Amino acid sequence: MRAYKVYAIKDGTVIDHIPDGQGMGIIDLLNLRQWNRTVTLGIGFHSKKHGKKDVIKIEDKELTPAEVNKIAIVAPTATMNIIRNHKIVKKFNVELPETLEGIVKCPNPACVTNHDPVATTRFFKENGKKIELRCAYCERYFKEHEIEVI
Amino acid sequence: MKPFKNRNIISIKDFTKEEIMHILNTAKKFKIKVNPILLKHKILASLFFEPSTRTRFSFESAMERLGGSIISLAEAKSSSASKGESVSDSIKIVDKYCDVIAMRHSLEGSARLASEVSNNPILNGGDGANQHPTQTFLDLFSILETQKKLKGLNVALVGDLKYGRTTHSLAYALGMFGARLFFIAPPSLQMPSYVTHDLKKLKAKYSTHTEPERIMPKLDIFYATRIQKERFGDPMEYEKVKDAYIITNKLLTKVKKNFKILHPLPRVNEINYEVDNTPYAYYFEQANNGLFVREALLALVLGKV
Repeated sequence: MRAYKVYAIKDGTVIDHIPDGQGMGIIDLLNLRQWNRTVTLGIGFHSKKHGKKDVIKIEDKELTPAEVNKIAIVAPTATMNIIRNHKIVKKFNVELPETLEGIVKCPNPACVTNHDPVATTRFFKENGKKIELRCAYCERYFKEHEIEVI
Repeated sequence: MKPFKNRNIISIKDFTKEEIMHILNTAKKFKIKVNPILLKHKILASLFFEPSTRTRFSFESAMERLGGSIISLAEAKSSSASKGESVSDSIKIVDKYCDVIAMRHSLEGSARLASEVSNNPILNGGDGANQHPTQTFLDLFSILETQKKLKGLNVALVGDLKYGRTTHSLAYALGMFGARLFFIAPPSLQMPSYVTHDLKKLKAKYSTHTEPERIMPKLDIFYATRIQKERFGDPMEYEKVKDAYIITNKLLTKVKKNFKILHPLPRVNEINYEVDNTPYAYYFEQANNGLFVREALLALVLGKV
């Protein structure tokens, strides 16, 4: 029988297969310290695929597409489980969309998006195994370690 | 091919080969014959937030020669941008007074942002170190004019390839057309990785070199750019490399008959004045071609050709 190390939730979201050590970052990224219901963070769970993983359970919250896109940048292996009445009603892998609007800050200090108050950042996903984005404005390419989520 | 009427000219990457050829062919028609009333009653707003001589003059001259009129900033310092106005606010206001906007701004992506807040077409005259597409079109026009083709040419881009935006978009465009590229520069000023990244995606052939001598007999085009002393942290490094990239008649003894030298200008000392009188010098004609290319672009985006 499988032993549950973190209690089950009735309604909400379970973010599973978060790369080891990234869970805390996702708590901050989604501003979950301010969520007025229970949020559970599990660190260092055993994972068949990745050795270790983090897990987050958020009560009474289903993430928005923009929040899922943010997770796709920092935790590309994560899977989302939407729970309603103790049952998983939807399960999917996070996937970076072709275009990211307003969720990534351009690392180029000379880019207009870092200066103009009406500018919203827009990035295009580059093809390839690793995460790489191209700014629609300054046209520079940025690798995963350079990307900062807003 | 997308229609050109009301289209923004922001980045060379926004255009297909077919569209670029359409611009170059239209420019050729303007070089042969100018229509002095084509853009009558049309107004160009010439917004150069950064200093410019050739690009600004040739945009303004192109508009005048086609019968249009111009509203312009007297100088960058006199604009409301110097009082802290954002790019988007400046463009939204000026957009009401004109039919087309030519602009230069130090921020990268400023022309793209301007195109998103403007109802009229934007012509990018340079956005920081990013793009300068009208320069690329005139460079391509001059190469095509002298070589009758773009595919398969051996083109050297020489000098400051790290900071020189003209070489970045020209390399991309020539890569699209299947030219063979030779990047000749001191190691510290070689082509940046974001440009070679694009060239790899285009499957363009290129190689890097530190000196031009051995490559000269292969070349069809030598595109020279200025190496600025202030780019070197150590002045000794500048002293070491500065003479290696100066073109003299001695360097031209083994070049092909069709060989031509281009330069976005201004030059300082990278092309010796003795070279001006050789059949290989084409940089002044190249600058002149800027006029026809900008006439073509204004007429195209205003839907008059």
